[in-house]
Amino acid sequence: MVCLVTFSVFRGSIQIFSYEGVIGFLTGTDWNAVEGRESFGALPYIVGTLASSAIAMVIGVPISLGIATFVSEMSPPRLAAPISFVIELLAAVPSIIYGLWALFVFRFWIRDLIEMPLYNAFHGSLPIFAKYPFGLDLFTAGIVLAIMIIPIISSICREVMRVVPNSQREAAYSLGATRWEAVRIAVFPYAKAGILGAAILGLGRAVGETILVTLVIGNVIGIAAIPTTLFSQSQTLSSLIANEFNEASSDLHLSALIGLGAVLLILTMIINIGARLLVRKMVKVPTGEKGRR
Amino acid sequence: MNKNKVLLREFNMQKNMIIMSIVAGLLLGIIIPSSIFSVHAQNKIIINGAGATFPFPLIDTWRVDYKTIKPEVDINYQSIGSGGGVKQFTAKTVDFGATDAPLTAQEMQSAPGAVHIPETIGSVVAAYNIPSIPDKGLKLTGEVLGDIFLGKITKWNDPKIQSLNPDKTLPGDDIVVVHRSDGSGTTFVWTDYLSNVSSAWSQQVGKGKSVAWPTGIGAPGNEGVANAIKGTANTIGYIELSYALTTKTPFAFIQNKEGNFIEPSIASTRAAVAAQSGALPKGDQPWTNVTMVNAGGKDSYPIASFSYLLLYKELSTDPNIDEPKAKALVDFIAWAITDGQKTGESLNYVPLPDTVVKLDQDTLKSLTYKGKPLL
Repeated sequence: MVCLVTFSVFRGSIQIFSYEGVIGFLTGTDWNAVEGRESFGALPYIVGTLASSAIAMVIGVPISLGIATFVSEMSPPRLAAPISFVIELLAAVPSIIYGLWALFVFRFWIRDLIEMPLYNAFHGSLPIFAKYPFGLDLFTAGIVLAIMIIPIISSICREVMRVVPNSQREAAYSLGATRWEAVRIAVFPYAKAGILGAAILGLGRAVGETILVTLVIGNVIGIAAIPTTLFSQSQTLSSLIANEFNEASSDLHLSALIGLGAVLLILTMIINIGARLLVRKMVKVPTGEKGRR
Repeated sequence: MNKNKVLLREFNMQKNMIIMSIVAGLLLGIIIPSSIFSVHAQNKIIINGAGATFPFPLIDTWRVDYKTIKPEVDINYQSIGSGGGVKQFTAKTVDFGATDAPLTAQEMQSAPGAVHIPETIGSVVAAYNIPSIPDKGLKLTGEVLGDIFLGKITKWNDPKIQSLNPDKTLPGDDIVVVHRSDGSGTTFVWTDYLSNVSSAWSQQVGKGKSVAWPTGIGAPGNEGVANAIKGTANTIGYIELSYALTTKTPFAFIQNKEGNFIEPSIASTRAAVAAQSGALPKGDQPWTNVTMVNAGGKDSYPIASFSYLLLYKELSTDPNIDEPKAKALVDFIAWAITDGQKTGESLNYVPLPDTVVKLDQDTLKSLTYKGKPLL
């Protein structure tokens, strides 16, 4: 299956790679589908994809870890069940619902409660806040992506932390550790491979997410899609494909869009291989609190 | 105990039998009447079409209305976008295609014998959200619009805009341009107009279903653009006239070729097409360069365009079309461009002017199935 997908994606993109050159396509910043002026470059959308996912991870992972820790280690059992139920319910919400809610409601909250105060506080002195915010930008996309991936990451983290043997915790307590210390020195190290795996799963969803991003990221084209501030409009690989695929009538334009798909495929492969290596490296280190206290 | 078990098993078997016979009966009940029905209605004709999203509500209403006239004809239209419509039409997987932009020279080559049949008219408005001007009626020229969308005019109180609107107080804020992010016939009409009236635009950007926008925010769909305009102050964008009328978004009056500022409406769009339609090619000739933008005539609204149905001049070119279907298809389109136009007006679609109806009728008369005319 994977081979078939890979094969057809690369076959579909041969035309664009021979027109722009592989390097030219990867590093180009123009995107013009007008007949007679065709020029396609994927760099801005690679940057946009990585930037929006990075924001989602920076916000999403700590929160998910916090939720998982609370549910599995700290909350009374009577509270843990309803909390995990609600979070799992959130994981079942389709991304278009998050997207529409973000478009009609949430982006105004982000603009008025977070972006405008930040913009006014720094008045352009801090480059990452130096753009008048509209609420349809990289930052909003990142936050909504974070909201979308939190349920997945936190559910998996919770399960991973729940299977940490009680003997680990008891050992920590017997050494006089507080509850937080027990979590830190006994539970996290034991569960870290699983936590990392959960984060990578979340990252995978964030990188490939399409419709939600299309609705809130501002969808600019060409060099402008390389974000210069946190409040810049941008575009991701998948959102550009979703935007233009329906009406792409010239073969070259179509091939360029399939080329973006190929780039996305390679990007996810790199992320996954990187994650595998990271997990393997971490698992080699003996788990437990060896050499910590 | 054993006896009980045997009894139970027998009972279960009986139960299974009963369930099975009920299921079988139900299946027969479904199959038999429907097969009788299909024998009865074996002359049912299904016409498949695909293409532009813009005329979808209209074609869908036609489907329902036509059912009352010709109950045996089923019309199945998939609004997959103009690009998809042209592709499916070229591949002959549908009986008719629909597109907002005429076929390009290259597309004409890959679909030899294609005819264009304009079936309705769309027009595009410049919608805005300026808090100090809550109503429609800001006056703009094509050149100013070009400069705004190029990012050359960046403030609402720029002298070029203010001088057109001496009676209005314009804010000193930055203009936020909103455009479609998805490929769209609406974008084609809009950029066709800007290319026509602004030489800077035509040199720098050009026309197409998706173009390299020099400035602004992209939003998907008419509803996405309308939402971005409504939710953000000091924005300007472009949407379909019918969409602007339904959502009551304020829009600009635009200067036409004769220098008048025209309110976009069904009447002013129809006037533009009527003024322009004298020079239309025949249905089987290339329509690549046909445009309704910047039409002459003192009441013409300058941003309009046809939406087209695509057929093959020799309908048997498409192996899926047999003679009764060819006849039904041509009859349906002949009805759509005449009586069907009345339906359009209530949905805010601009009805075709008489000259265009005449042209379409001539095109339909020239269509053949294996050499025989159908109308």
